[in-house]
Amino acid sequence: MNMLRLTGKPPAATIAPMENTGQAAEQSSRHAYRHFVRVAAMLVGSALTLSGCISVNAPDEPIVIELNINIKQEVVYRLDAGVQDLIKDNEDIF
Amino acid sequence: MGRLMQSDFSRLVRRSIGISVVAAGLSLAAIAGPAWAARDPAYAAARSDGDVAEKPDGYLLAIGGGGTIQKLVDDINIKRRAAYTDEARSQSATIEQVAFVGGCRAILRTVAGEKYVTPSGNVMTRTSAPPERDPRCL
Repeated sequence: MNMLRLTGKPPAATIAPMENTGQAAEQSSRHAYRHFVRVAAMLVGSALTLSGCISVNAPDEPIVIELNINIKQEVVYRLDAGVQDLIKDNEDIF
Repeated sequence: MGRLMQSDFSRLVRRSIGISVVAAGLSLAAIAGPAWAARDPAYAAARSDGDVAEKPDGYLLAIGGGGTIQKLVDDINIKRRAAYTDEARSQSATIEQVAFVGGCRAILRTVAGEKYVTPSGNVMTRTSAPPERDPRCL
């Protein structure tokens, strides 16, 4: 049992232990611990994900998969002349 | 509007001369047209080196040469798609249909030593023999 005197602050040596300063201080120290744990967990987690990088090497010969282009012969007949002109007008990209 | 000073007038004259010089230069380029629309040297070199191949779908495939060739191919393919899109709009066809016909024609234009892709997906090098194309090509 502690007796609190209203006459000013007691000298440092007699400052009561933590239980006397209430629940606030205890909670803040718990928070500080939890915060530290969270930060540590984040650092460890990020280190693990970074070290788990996968490198993909593309094959030398490209695998060409031809998409089935749905076009009828009559459409080719209709478009052919126009496309020939298109190529003539854009020779730098053909 | 304030008074038009002597200095303002001469500045206007100089500016209009400048504009007309630029306009003349631009129109010269437009008239010259086809002669200026040749393949750029990097693209021409890529074709002759076999670093690119013509695909039946109307676009280029990058084979060798790493990032530079890929960038060149991407640039050209974007421009081709734009050209195909304009043509498709005016012909009431799909872009894919126009591009397919473009591919037929582009493969036919390859010269010996250049590469193209067959309908079954094989990369071939042109010889003097006709290229292997989709049977629907003209």
